[in-house]
Amino acid sequence: MIASLSLILLCQLAGEVFVRAFKLPMPGPVVGLLLLLALLLARDRFKVLARGPLQQDGVENASRGLLAHLSLLFVPAGVGVVQKLDLIAEHGIAIVVVLAISVVVTLLVTVATFLFASRLMARGRSAP
Amino acid sequence: MSENPLSLWVYLSQSPLLWLTVTLLVYAIADAVSLATHRNPLANPVLHSMWIIGAFLLLTGTSYTTYFGGAQFVHFLLGPATVALAVPLYENRKLVAASVLPMLAALVAGSLTAVISVAPKSVTAGIAMGISESLHADPSLTAVAVVLTGIMGAIIVTPLMNRMGIADFRARGFAVGVAAHGIGTARAFQVDAVAGAFAGIAMSLNALVTSLLVPLAVTLLVR
Repeated sequence: MIASLSLILLCQLAGEVFVRAFKLPMPGPVVGLLLLLALLLARDRFKVLARGPLQQDGVENASRGLLAHLSLLFVPAGVGVVQKLDLIAEHGIAIVVVLAISVVVTLLVTVATFLFASRLMARGRSAP
Repeated sequence: MSENPLSLWVYLSQSPLLWLTVTLLVYAIADAVSLATHRNPLANPVLHSMWIIGAFLLLTGTSYTTYFGGAQFVHFLLGPATVALAVPLYENRKLVAASVLPMLAALVAGSLTAVISVAPKSVTAGIAMGISESLHADPSLTAVAVVLTGIMGAIIVTPLMNRMGIADFRARGFAVGVAAHGIGTARAFQVDAVAGAFAGIAMSLNALVTSLLVPLAVTLLVR
């Protein structure tokens, strides 16, 4: 458990260092994600790596535990928003309407594009 | 035990222990209600935890800084949780590899739509704040917009997709990850494991694309 959490933190740390060293605009934890993914894939290929948290589902279970309550992790930031509701009042309720329309349109455009591209691919594959 | 009950409150209300306990307890209750209602979208645990705790802070006259002293331990885990998204990605790697093209097409279409409709709002809060600072926009307003978008997306996604008759959980998860970032991804994990994995990918990719796209779009629009 401790070793698995350490590995996750280590990936995040390496990601932060990488992003800062090369002055990249991307978030450090996303680079950490790619690093952990690369480690998991490398472990399947090279059995030498299958030790410590990379064996017996160690890092997998720790990650599942973290993600099972992903909602909880947004609560502190959300409470900060409740305290800033006067900002919304200041900028008008119109902004909430704009955000609501934007999120619905974004959901529909994304899902439609995904399904369209996936059907095109399926058709391409089944065609001779 | 102190003689004045008020002095105990004064002590506790300044300690991280109380606010960490309140955060976990309120969330545990909100999550139990969400489970009991079979994950009804309106019983969103983030939404209800945030207003209950917000009201409690208001009633007790506690500042957000004091509250965050305790809640920061939970907030900190957002980084490690992002790294942990590698595991559902790894477990669904065959399905993900087979969906690379639809994902890229949907990512481009979705993040363009989000950026055009309301500029720097649909990225993860932290990144959004960085971006809006570089745009000289109000960072706290951006954070408010990001959280509101996430909550609205998480509430609306299930009824919307059901009504549209969309049963493909790869597409549903990916869409909510692009449109409603982390809070949407959290919702996707509660509904379906595949949806969660695809939402996580979408959220990460969208963060990458938007952090590049927004400054570019602004440069093009301003000059």
